[in-house]
Amino acid sequence: MNAIDIKNLTFFYEKDIVLEDINLNVKDGEFLAIIGPNGGGKSTLLKLILGIEKNRSGTIKVFDKKPSKNLTKVGYVPQNTNVNIDFPIKVIEVVMMGHVGHKRPLIGYKNGEIECALASLEQVGMQKYAKNKIGSLSGGQRQRVMIARALCSHPKIVLLDEPTSNIDIVGQKEIYALLKELNRHITIVVVSHDLSIVSEYATSVLHVSKKATYHNIGKKKKNFTKDKHFCEVELLQMIGERHV
Amino acid sequence: MFDALSYEFIQNALIAGVLVSIASGIIGSLIVVNRMVFLAGGIAHTSYGGIGLAVYFGIPIFLGASFFAVAAALLISFITLKQKERTDTFIGLIWAAGMAIGILFIDMTPGYNVDLMSYLFGSILAVSREDIWFMGALVVIIIAIVTFWYRDILAVSYDSEYALLRGVPVKFFYTLILVLSALTVVISIKVVGLILVIALLTIPIYIAEKLSSSLYGMMFFSVIISSIFTLFGLFISYSFDITSGASIILVSTLSLILFLLFLKIKSLLTKC
Repeated sequence: MNAIDIKNLTFFYEKDIVLEDINLNVKDGEFLAIIGPNGGGKSTLLKLILGIEKNRSGTIKVFDKKPSKNLTKVGYVPQNTNVNIDFPIKVIEVVMMGHVGHKRPLIGYKNGEIECALASLEQVGMQKYAKNKIGSLSGGQRQRVMIARALCSHPKIVLLDEPTSNIDIVGQKEIYALLKELNRHITIVVVSHDLSIVSEYATSVLHVSKKATYHNIGKKKKNFTKDKHFCEVELLQMIGERHV
Repeated sequence: MFDALSYEFIQNALIAGVLVSIASGIIGSLIVVNRMVFLAGGIAHTSYGGIGLAVYFGIPIFLGASFFAVAAALLISFITLKQKERTDTFIGLIWAAGMAIGILFIDMTPGYNVDLMSYLFGSILAVSREDIWFMGALVVIIIAIVTFWYRDILAVSYDSEYALLRGVPVKFFYTLILVLSALTVVISIKVVGLILVIALLTIPIYIAEKLSSSLYGMMFFSVIISSIFTLFGLFISYSFDITSGASIILVSTLSLILFLLFLKIKSLLTKC
């Protein structure tokens, strides 16, 4: 079963065409990086896969179902985690948002939900901070919390929109190492403009600029380099000059 | 002052002050974290139209104002959800039109006998037992709704896009918060008045936000701080024969300035 199946997807924003005739199959277990210029439609594609954006033609299926019918299988980490920093909310409460929409008790949260949220925090190494106010964390820590929130419903696929855009270099590497670790059990789709990091961790790349071009780099990567360093130039050569 | 406590109208005033503080503390917190202060201001002023209507047709003021304020909340909710741009222009328009309607109806009412000022700036000493029941019922409803839907309201307020993704009916909760704001504004009319209510919905909440690390903590502190301001303001209002709304708001404003000074001094001391 494919994690994501997209056929003949076209999306308009008012009268402008944003995405044109996109076809994409993402296999279960892939680490897909979506790259492309700003305004090229990367985030829009992600939101369509999530079912947040709807106005479109073509079909999108996530694990053989419409995105809106498969909420628990999909985790999402939004782009800007710096909004609402002053909001009075604890880390654990943010993570438990991942549960919202499930069966609920009359008031508050079920014990199981709290334990599950703590387990998600442990997965990303943030369990110590469960009671802290979200605004007191650094950008990288906050991003980990958002990943924990996405993991809370035990998804089979996690989509991340520019997860490292507000984080320093060390923090970026840590986030990607974490994603690599999660990729052992979960399909990862990440929008990013940072080619060097993407090329080190991704098994496939989708270049989106109104149209989309898919490249599987998993196997080629092994042939290319022995020191596990995968050069941007090589990646760009593979993707082809016409997209750059 | 303690002799005064034996008068029924003083007792009513104190009970009303606390009830309004509970409502405005809880709902004010939601208004502030959802950045709806301007929307709440619009609803407050628009509800003056309801007061005018109520006076003209001789129906209870709370009823007329509630009807108009809820209608304004629904309209503003509809506009802000549909129209993405220039929503502030439309709210400004509703704001002014509502007040104009109110003034029009009061002008048309034969034998002008309404104290306009009391609705705009509060007249807490005219609170009746029926008013108290109305306020009490609303406070119970607000507490029940916020307790039952706390996690959904929290999710929508903190990250509405994510909440939508998890299957939470975001538009419903957005509208619900506005409708509850409208009703909170209405019961605040007699305590601080339509124009000054916005201060009661923001100043205690701003202070409470700095003291709390969760939304319910913020609501709790807001209620406590708001009650202190309201009761102290009432005391001054009674002692010096000042309009209650004005004295409550000035007490709040002065307290806010002192609080900000305290924060400033504290941060300077920790730097040293």
